[in-house]
Amino acid sequence: MKILLLLSSVPDTTSKINFTENDTKFDENGIQFVINPHDEFSLAKAMQLKEKHGGELVVLNVGTAKTEPVIRKVLAIGADRAVRIDTEPKDSYFTAVQIANYIKNNDDFDLIMAGKESIDYNGGMVHGLVAKMTGKNFINAVIGFEVKDGNQVEVGREIEGGKETIQINLPLVIGGQKGLVKEEELRIPNMRGIMMARKKPLEVVPAVEAEPKTKIEKFEKPPVKGSIKLVDKDNLDELIDLLHNDAKVI
Amino acid sequence: MSILIYAESQNGKVSKGAKELASYAKAYADKTGQNVVAIGFGIENPDELYKYGVSKVLNVTNETLKQFNAEAHSEAVKQAAEKENANLIVISSSNDAVYAGPVIAAKLDAGYVPNVVALPEDGSDFIVKRKVFTSKGIAYTAILTNIKVLRLFKNSFGLAESPVDGSVEEFNPNIDLSVYETYKVVNVEKATGKISLADADIIVSAGRGLKAGENWGMIEELADVLGAATACSKPVADLGWRPHTEHVGQTGKQVAPNLYIAVGISGAIQHLAGVNGSKYMLVINNDPEAPFFKAADYGVVGDAFEVVPELISKLKTFKSNH
Repeated sequence: MKILLLLSSVPDTTSKINFTENDTKFDENGIQFVINPHDEFSLAKAMQLKEKHGGELVVLNVGTAKTEPVIRKVLAIGADRAVRIDTEPKDSYFTAVQIANYIKNNDDFDLIMAGKESIDYNGGMVHGLVAKMTGKNFINAVIGFEVKDGNQVEVGREIEGGKETIQINLPLVIGGQKGLVKEEELRIPNMRGIMMARKKPLEVVPAVEAEPKTKIEKFEKPPVKGSIKLVDKDNLDELIDLLHNDAKVI
Repeated sequence: MSILIYAESQNGKVSKGAKELASYAKAYADKTGQNVVAIGFGIENPDELYKYGVSKVLNVTNETLKQFNAEAHSEAVKQAAEKENANLIVISSSNDAVYAGPVIAAKLDAGYVPNVVALPEDGSDFIVKRKVFTSKGIAYTAILTNIKVLRLFKNSFGLAESPVDGSVEEFNPNIDLSVYETYKVVNVEKATGKISLADADIIVSAGRGLKAGENWGMIEELADVLGAATACSKPVADLGWRPHTEHVGQTGKQVAPNLYIAVGISGAIQHLAGVNGSKYMLVINNDPEAPFFKAADYGVVGDAFEVVPELISKLKTFKSNH
């Protein structure tokens, strides 16, 4: 099975978010970058599929050289080789064009996996755009994936209050999330993996021309919450009053 | 020119999300001299949309198309947008809409912005305010294309009645139904009866402070009294005390109810990432240093096993008087 993993390098969840250059840029000072948490589920599944069915796992990232440490982590976990398209991911559409172009020139992947969204810009659209641009089928919010016969797979999709199982043929693009594998099945690099990752190919390719369709003009921090209204545990009537008259939620 | 909303429904009834889309679109339509058109699939109560300012409902009545399929529904939205000369398409943050969003954007060659929290800004450029960094930041994002798709962050705009004389029209888009064979739904599992986390106005959530899965009775009772859905923190799901479908947080569900009640949850950042879209948060925790108290609107420091039963009892009294 030939699998392409679309990787986002994102600020770790616990990062303090600040903006700089007159609030036009995200301040990367002191930020620890990691594999996008949703991508980790797709990566673990990709490794399981590779171990079961054989084949190759390629990891692809659209980013500048600063994403390479995170790419190397994916290689350390077990991807065979990596490709970095050398550009800032200007917006989701622009990023999708880069990925679609790579796929069109390397069009033998059975499965293209992404996380459902990246935790920095929460776009949740690159996978779907890539699928449309490359004429491939696409399923999002994937919480289960099983190879059936030959090219046929069964894909679990999260729906309101439950799960829908879709029977479909490869090739396929999916947006994965927790449920695709269990938490315990997530992979972390071991020493041997880290050593081997140094020798695995990380190819840098130039970006193609494309015009973004959106542009962030300015950032802002969300309004600071007013201080909490603490209610004494012996005075729950006051709490009910607040919920009813103040918040008006009951 | 029209603004088009993708109005979802359950069993023929217009969803709450669709009413929020209508409210948003109508407010913007009033500012810009446009009207609001909705595309729905098997809607039986279009008057619920007229109430929120939709002047025309394009109702797809084809039986096959009533079932969600991202490709088919996106194609229908595209044809509706072309038919109605709509440059602005607004969708919700339901699972289906999040799935269809990029497909709609690709078909319309449109700039697409998710997690929108307000009407477009005043001024000649089209700029919308949206949440980024999982609600830890706001980005004012310009859309540079003629056709634009917005995805509303749930519960960010609210419902606003603005009744108009609306009409419904049967809509028969030209769709290749073989997509339902390509994406063949072979099974659907749904928890029946319970309120889903996505639809719930109130959520009662609990964490490790409850000490054991057997202690959840009072949480379920509190949820019952409030007509709420139940949720839990990640450790509790990992321990098997509650099903994984209840896990809210960074890698679990993101929820945005009117009221999120957190019982015995400390408020780790990964958990807050799933719940900080909530309108109001109430924290009940024994530990006054719990980080959640810094993020919440209301708090009670105390033993959950005392506070929750008393709260249930007082709420029952309250409910019987209101």
